[in-house]
Amino acid sequence: MELLLAVTIGTVYAAAFYLLLRRGLVKLVLGIALLSQAVNLLLFAAGGLREGAVPFIAADETTLAATGADPLPQALILTAIVISFGVLAFTLAMVHRADQSTGTDDLDDLKSTDAP
Amino acid sequence: MNSVILVTVSRLLTGLLLVFSVFLLLRGHNLPGGGFAGGLVAASAFVLHALANGFPSARRLLGVPPRLLIGFGLAVAILGGVAGMLAGRPFLTGLWDKTPLPVIGKLGTPLLFDAGVYFTVFGVVCLIVFSLGEEGEED
Amino acid sequence: MNAVTFAILTPLVAATLCMLTLRSGVAQRLFGVGGMAVLLLVAVRLMSEVADGSVLVVRFGDWPAPFGIVLVGDLLSGIMVLVSAIIGLAVAVYSLADIDARRERFGYYTFLHFMMLGVCGSFLTGDIFNMFVWFEVMLISSFVLMSLGGERPQMEGAVKYVTLNLISSSLFLAACGILYGQTGTLNMADLAVRSREYMRPELLTMTAMLFLVAFGLKAAMFPLFFWLPASYHTPPVAVSAVFAGLLTKVGVYALIRTFTLIFTNDVVFTHGLLLGLAGATMIAGVLGAMIQFDFRRLLSFHIVSQIGYMVLGLALFTPLAVAATVFYIFHHIVVKANLFLISGITARYGGTFDLKKLGGFYAALPLLALLFFIPAMSLGGIPPLSGFFAKFGIVKAGLAGDTVFGGWAVVLAVVALAVGLLTLFSMTKIWAEVFWKAPTEGHVPHGGAIPAGEKFLLFAPVAALAALTLAISFFPQYFFDFAARAAEQLLHPETYIKAVLEPVP
Repeated sequence: MELLLAVTIGTVYAAAFYLLLRRGLVKLVLGIALLSQAVNLLLFAAGGLREGAVPFIAADETTLAATGADPLPQALILTAIVISFGVLAFTLAMVHRADQSTGTDDLDDLKSTDAP
Repeated sequence: MNSVILVTVSRLLTGLLLVFSVFLLLRGHNLPGGGFAGGLVAASAFVLHALANGFPSARRLLGVPPRLLIGFGLAVAILGGVAGMLAGRPFLTGLWDKTPLPVIGKLGTPLLFDAGVYFTVFGVVCLIVFSLGEEGEED
Repeated sequence: MNAVTFAILTPLVAATLCMLTLRSGVAQRLFGVGGMAVLLLVAVRLMSEVADGSVLVVRFGDWPAPFGIVLVGDLLSGIMVLVSAIIGLAVAVYSLADIDARRERFGYYTFLHFMMLGVCGSFLTGDIFNMFVWFEVMLISSFVLMSLGGERPQMEGAVKYVTLNLISSSLFLAACGILYGQTGTLNMADLAVRSREYMRPELLTMTAMLFLVAFGLKAAMFPLFFWLPASYHTPPVAVSAVFAGLLTKVGVYALIRTFTLIFTNDVVFTHGLLLGLAGATMIAGVLGAMIQFDFRRLLSFHIVSQIGYMVLGLALFTPLAVAATVFYIFHHIVVKANLFLISGITARYGGTFDLKKLGGFYAALPLLALLFFIPAMSLGGIPPLSGFFAKFGIVKAGLAGDTVFGGWAVVLAVVALAVGLLTLFSMTKIWAEVFWKAPTEGHVPHGGAIPAGEKFLLFAPVAALAALTLAISFFPQYFFDFAARAAEQLLHPETYIKAVLEPVP
């Protein structure tokens, strides 16, 4: 399972960076979206995988049993998803606006503010 | 979009989704749901209405501008957080009413905070979708 | 109940009030400036509470650390919040005359306060994941401020700014995840303890590198600085001033916090790398600035080079060096924001940011010339101005020979001196072009070009910040004393760790 997840994370990261390096503005947005998904998967894997375990403390215990799943990575991922949702909404609006004011979606044409 | 089926269904679904969103908000403390999910569902009710009947109609149905919903939601959430401070505990400390009410369950300041989140998310999603959608219609 | 909570609550409440009154220009301005004024009072209060070296801890929701989220106010946080509030107030007043009604209606003041919320939150949080969240609050607001108005150069700058910062955020988040997976905690004080016990040193160093790239990108360190001069000169002046003053310094703060508290297991490697990067940052920034003739772009490159000094102080990792870094940040934020504000005034009079076209300001506006002279010479490090003491502290720490880097520290101190000279060259270039040179056709400054009311709103913050620079210059021992005690706390984190992890009574 770890191996499968590791390969998946690597693939999603690679796809995200490939899209980020393309010239199209829309591909840039897709790259950013994929990148946040890759990080979420990484958080999920880094938090430790326990197949079939539940993140509950038993009724007569005060701490989580060693075999229980850790609920915190899920909370982190949920927060990260909420944030990336807001960021993605903003990025879409920004790209739309950039397209309107510059009339191009080619990143190579957006160089007039770069330092020489 | 002019679809008879969508218009007819949206008339039923808009109300249903709003009720469901309140249900999600109220059960959210211990069960799946909560202010964020509830707010998304509530916003989706209006997005659905907008897709079926156009954005001006959705704005009329909403009645208040989305930005006021966001402001109101933030204010309510702050109140929910400050309530703990008024009792001499740190910010965001939950205060609970001991006796559970029927249907709703125990009341407390986390519910107030969740309601704030509900309205904020509701407003933010409406604001984004409406402003992006209306620009699309102008083109 | 202490001022830490209120440093978060004040901008939040102000942003909410601005959001609710978006249609009323008067209310916007009132809450916009009023909120910053209250934040300044709160920051002064916070400073007075932490001045004796105590570490204030607020446990959100009354959950005990390390399980709940804590806000921690120590001297460094207090200093950072105080200087942010000063810049916030100055920029808010300046905005009254600089920001047009359309941007105001789109929520300029709302997002300004949300950005302050993110900045103050980042300075005060004691939890690494929470810091990520505050970073995002700050970033999303700054994205909006950067692109508000939607003019072509703004959008071009915004695309780069947003993309690079989002990549940095995703690295930050990934690093948080790895750290959590290894130690099972996110509380920074707890991390400081547990990372020693549970993590293999080389893994800890590897995680440190992830954080270094994430924070270095935000702080505009070499080689990841190019987004800054490509975007900071595009938004309105008030926005670029607050960005220039605060945003990159949040990155530097995060570096200082993590590389004094958590990543200190292999100082020779991690801080040695910081040392090299600091030198490259200083040189790249100052060389980039030399060929620029756009007022704000030139200043943007100087932000990069000044970041190098701050990181250099952190890298040397002696009490004097870290104290000099803290002093440097305080001095730099005040000076740099002020220079950006002044560039806006000259652009108002001359109609352009192009140094070649501007001219004749010394004759037309002698007061402005004086107000520019103070921060510019301070940035160049001329005694007795504040920048001299800041640079002196760092160079002295480099030459002192008590670092772990031996000869390299001396080399970097020499680099710092040379870069200081080149900084002075840039400042004299602005002085010669804008103030001494005869005005060019069509850009003649005229004393009466701006109505008196607006003129006051533009000049008052500039004069106040210049006065603060003079205060730091003439009473450096007072400010350096605070910085030294902050450095003492940073290099001996036991008090911090104990205060955070202490069980609730």
